[in-house]
Amino acid sequence: MNFWLVLTVNSVTFGGLLFLLSAGFSLIFGLMRIPNLTHGSLFMLGAYVGATFVVGLLGFQLNFWLAAILATLAVAAFGALAERLLLRRLPGDQLAQVLVTLGLSFMAADFCLLVWGGDPLNVATPAGLGGFVRVGPAVFPMYRLAIIVIATVVALGLWLLLDRTRLGAMIRAGVDDPDMARVVGIRVSQLFTIVFALGAGLAAFAGIIGGPILSVYPGLDQDMLPLALVVVILGGSGSLLGSFVGSIIIGFIYNFGQALLPELAYFVLFMPMLLVLLLRPQGLFGRHVP
Amino acid sequence: MSARLIALGIAFVALVSVPYWMPGDYYINVASQILFYAIFALGLNVLVGYAGLVSLGHAGLFGIAAYATAYMLQIGYGHSAAIVVALIVGIASMAVFAVLSLRSTGIGFIMITLALGEILWGLAYRWISLTGGDNGINVRLRPAPFGFSLTSPNTFYYTTLVIFLLSVAAMTVFVRSPFGASLMGTRDQPRRMNALGYHVWMIRFYACLVSGLLTAVSGILFVYYTQFISPQTLALTSSAEVLLMVISGGAGTLLGPMVGAALVVVVKTVVSGFLERWNFLLGAIFVAIVILMPEGLVPGSARLWRLAWRKMNAPAKAPAPEGKP
Repeated sequence: MNFWLVLTVNSVTFGGLLFLLSAGFSLIFGLMRIPNLTHGSLFMLGAYVGATFVVGLLGFQLNFWLAAILATLAVAAFGALAERLLLRRLPGDQLAQVLVTLGLSFMAADFCLLVWGGDPLNVATPAGLGGFVRVGPAVFPMYRLAIIVIATVVALGLWLLLDRTRLGAMIRAGVDDPDMARVVGIRVSQLFTIVFALGAGLAAFAGIIGGPILSVYPGLDQDMLPLALVVVILGGSGSLLGSFVGSIIIGFIYNFGQALLPELAYFVLFMPMLLVLLLRPQGLFGRHVP
Repeated sequence: MSARLIALGIAFVALVSVPYWMPGDYYINVASQILFYAIFALGLNVLVGYAGLVSLGHAGLFGIAAYATAYMLQIGYGHSAAIVVALIVGIASMAVFAVLSLRSTGIGFIMITLALGEILWGLAYRWISLTGGDNGINVRLRPAPFGFSLTSPNTFYYTTLVIFLLSVAAMTVFVRSPFGASLMGTRDQPRRMNALGYHVWMIRFYACLVSGLLTAVSGILFVYYTQFISPQTLALTSSAEVLLMVISGGAGTLLGPMVGAALVVVVKTVVSGFLERWNFLLGAIFVAIVILMPEGLVPGSARLWRLAWRKMNAPAKAPAPEGKP
């Protein structure tokens, strides 16, 4: 009984992290029509930059939350730069853009290995959240519950941003019909930069928030990118609700798969994606077929 | 035309005589690597170049043929059984890949092949009872067809060369055949091809099978060359490497993938001799090629060559107008 409960909480926690990672991926995909293959690297970069401040590799230590915000901003700036300087040079050529993001992801992975070395960095749980919560017979780590809260807050914030603000309306218009959005005077290419920076920042935030659970190690990018891909194919691109539901589903499948069928965990993980591709190619909540 | 024949003759003589002018075994082994990677790149080029379908999961297919060979040998079968099973497994997996990923083209095709490649990688990595996980599988002996042992670098090189030449010849025939023409038709004008009565999906499916066959052949050569297979071979990096070979050389050309394979293998071998940062360089070359020379080295330099040739032959013709806005 306890086992299942703990597994369930872990699944929801992991789903929350996946949502932070995949919401940006989904928006970028929806708007720019490309799977951003650097997304795993942005997650890892965020984790490493944040861990640098938390662990104090530069000679000074920062508060966990301050470090998380710094890492988010730094990686968001990096994302905006990459979009402006590289992807912008290949307008409309989606294939070339995908290949550029792939090349960038290799460069980022090797850069991290060069700077931070091959040993995993362990990020301490932020002060005040290291304890446990006792609910009846079960014991939950407080930090995991905190992640669920954070992911929910971010999800609400993103929903408000997309559904209630002018910028959100412009992004939605761009996702639905970029040409028509241009005609009515929305500067869609400017939205590209904004959304790319937003997605990069969210991925980096997920990276550092996930640090105390996953720790930070080379290859983290390769572990996370396929998950983001699966979530977005499952939920549908360009849909916030899609990536939310997709993340929770994948969080459950990933954790239960690891626990019950460790040898086939990857296979089990990709099965729902294949089913969705076969039965509903646009994803559960998607608006267009990739 | 005769210039092309002379160039082909020189290339053939150079390839056959490699063991005589290469300074040592190490370099002969590098040459073997170039040849089997060139077969791999030719296989991917069928899809990327001629069908217009970019696959990011080909390392998975390459790896599954290699794993099938190693596994069959490990459980005690002979070399011919292992090779036949590996070819069948490779082509059958490609067929499954194709059925799933040909539902879409363009970005969708990339994403599905990427995900399928990751599944194969995950299986190789996690299904420890079958694949040995991270420890991989060792292949103790190379085969000795008709008493011709492939243990020495020279004999392995010659075997690879024969298979390589056969593959190149097959590709040449393939590209010039009516089927090759219809495949390029589906790449450029799928709707028109459909209207003309061609079964676009089926043409693409057959192209996938051809690609899968070449990929499986190179995977088998690979596992016999390294005598070891581990999940690293199936990783996304490997898929990207072979895609880089195709794109850097020139997708949709016969010579391009071979030049690309030589370039990538040489740069990788040379660079990893004194530098650990191969992946960084791989990424940087990727970005540079896509942005600066998207058509690839072979068509790119051919274009520059023609330009220079025309300038040299017609210098008297109207000089470029100065002060053009």
